[in-house]
Amino acid sequence: MNDMRITERTVQTNQAKITARDVQVYYGDTHAIKDVSVDILDKAVTAFIGPSGCGKSTFLRCLNRMNDTIPICRVEGKILLDGEDIRDVRVDPVQLRAKVGMVFQKPNPFPKSIYDNVAYGPRIHGLVRNKAELDEVVESSLKKAALWNEVKDRLAAPGTGLSGGQQQRLCIARAVATSPEVLLMDEPCSALDPIATAQVEELIDELRANFSVVIVTHSMQQAARVSQKTAFFHLGNLVEYGDTTTIFTNPVDPRTESYISGRIG
Amino acid sequence: MTDLSAAGSSPLGRTRRSILIASPEMKRRNRVEARFKYYGIAAIAVSLAILALMLFIIVRDGTSAFVQAKLTFPVTLDASVLDPKGNGNRDEMAKVTTIGYGKVLTASFLAALQAKGIDLGEASEKDAAAMISKDAPGQLRAQVLADPSLLGKTIEVTVLAGGRIDGYLKGRVTMDTAQRDGNVTPEQLVLADKLIAAGMLAKKLNLQFLTLPDASDQRPEAAGLGVALVGSLYMMLMVAVMCVPVGVAASIYLEEFAPKNRWTDLIEVNIANLAAVPSIVFGILGLAVFINFMEFPQSSSLVGALVISLMTMPTIIIATRSAIKAVPPSIRDAALGVGASRMQTVFHHVLPLAMPGILTGAILGLASALGETAPLLLIGMVAFVDNYPGAPLDGFGDPATALPVQVYSWASRSDPAFIERSNGAIIVLLVFLLIMNVSAILLRRKFERRW
Repeated sequence: MNDMRITERTVQTNQAKITARDVQVYYGDTHAIKDVSVDILDKAVTAFIGPSGCGKSTFLRCLNRMNDTIPICRVEGKILLDGEDIRDVRVDPVQLRAKVGMVFQKPNPFPKSIYDNVAYGPRIHGLVRNKAELDEVVESSLKKAALWNEVKDRLAAPGTGLSGGQQQRLCIARAVATSPEVLLMDEPCSALDPIATAQVEELIDELRANFSVVIVTHSMQQAARVSQKTAFFHLGNLVEYGDTTTIFTNPVDPRTESYISGRIG
Repeated sequence: MTDLSAAGSSPLGRTRRSILIASPEMKRRNRVEARFKYYGIAAIAVSLAILALMLFIIVRDGTSAFVQAKLTFPVTLDASVLDPKGNGNRDEMAKVTTIGYGKVLTASFLAALQAKGIDLGEASEKDAAAMISKDAPGQLRAQVLADPSLLGKTIEVTVLAGGRIDGYLKGRVTMDTAQRDGNVTPEQLVLADKLIAAGMLAKKLNLQFLTLPDASDQRPEAAGLGVALVGSLYMMLMVAVMCVPVGVAASIYLEEFAPKNRWTDLIEVNIANLAAVPSIVFGILGLAVFINFMEFPQSSSLVGALVISLMTMPTIIIATRSAIKAVPPSIRDAALGVGASRMQTVFHHVLPLAMPGILTGAILGLASALGETAPLLLIGMVAFVDNYPGAPLDGFGDPATALPVQVYSWASRSDPAFIERSNGAIIVLLVFLLIMNVSAILLRRKFERRW
């Protein structure tokens, strides 16, 4: 754990998984997201950075229509998942969320056993036919979330009894269990200590092999460590989007430069 | 500022106060705080004292309803009177009314007095016979009809003594009051003393208070809570069945599904208003709608339950909504995030977590419904009912009373013996309320889960 950098792997990152065009979000009269257009690549980690209240979480929640649950929230523009508009009337947001999983800022396991937490998604989506298959999904999801070795002997213990970092990894396992195509993470490490953060970051890098991962983070070091692409949001605008290395070493926009160097935000 | 003279001064010229000495301002604040604390303690003490006084008076005046003066003597069941045809046919025997049984009881009682060598004194035989409750022949008749083989035998019976004799044993009736009382003579009381000495008359536990139906003004000793208990039980059952599912479903819809707009605001305000409507108004409504318009049977527990359901519904809705509101939104996000539908989110996650609150609210709502009186007065449940309602479901339409209404109707009768029974009924009512509240607490503990 001395070296916080993560080894690079060769993963194809050139295909756009999610394409957003001219997305506007309004909270009542407030224009929270203005003209955001972005291509999120498959099998890559995209980081959204920016000061508090800049709209990065709001935009993230647009990607699986979690904003639908907020009555005053209104979204305009096009968001395409594999070329299909997720805001089409024919799209059932529930089905969409099975494809676009989400991990939240605060670990929020269900007050049930570890097993039931992970098994919940496959159960309600009917992804498994019998107990053996379910066991398999639970095991592989917990393994993907790097939690299996710690909890394999106490799957019946309550998920809320785990430590904060374990809880967050449990939530990741829960999201992974429904075999999503995209995984959205809203500041997944903000409630965790540095060791748990390192574990989750390592995990995110592994998840990149199978999923398209979008992560919102306040920590620029984290964005630099885990992501291939970075988008900088400021006051509801997408200021700059590009390769993480470029954004951090050679930003085009002066606002990006001042945020990264700590002068605004 | 005299206490500052000892303190030194700082280089800045401001006097430095030692932290070991409380400043006058600090002392004043502490005094205010202490005073406020004592106000609180005093308020609690006053309310506890009033509660204790109330309970003391109720228990003092009410417990005596659970004991009753009873006469014990052998009765010879004369077959020639009780079964004139002599064939042991129950239908034939049923033609003998309580008057016949009264004669048998009187004769046996006088014979027993003679056998024990008790002198009637100045009391006439009629006076002596009047010491037996007017309800006793009926009870003897029921006993014999239930078991015709008793005919011709001599059995030891324990029957209720008259209300005034009961009052004498409990200290309510004295020689002085008997002088002025048309229902009892001092001679009877003298005789009662002799009977007590002979062991024929004593105060005994009277659990029939819980089972017997109401009785007429002449027989306070035989009045019981049976019909009221059945009526209250039926009403609680119906209220629970009608109110809890509807109330919970309404709360779930309003809290989890309903759009927040002017309509739902209006509904919300009106539910709160409904909870504040005086109960008598619901009584008038029930009278107009359920009895006059829909022509449901009056005095029935069905109408009572409908009216009380209307009253309890807002309470249950308000309690359920706050229980649902208290479930952290992160749980909903988590469920929606893995692709649960809104209904799955509610039924798999929100409801289980809200369950303790919902149960507590529902039980407390039912408890307040159990004590509700005013609306029942208006739909005719204050009537004198001495027939038990039938078994469900037909029995729901039969006339019945309810516990609090029984308290009211006994308290408004003239004979002081009914006041004692009224207090006894209050004890029963309070015991039921206590049981419900304790079960609410226990259920809450049992279902409470950490998250």
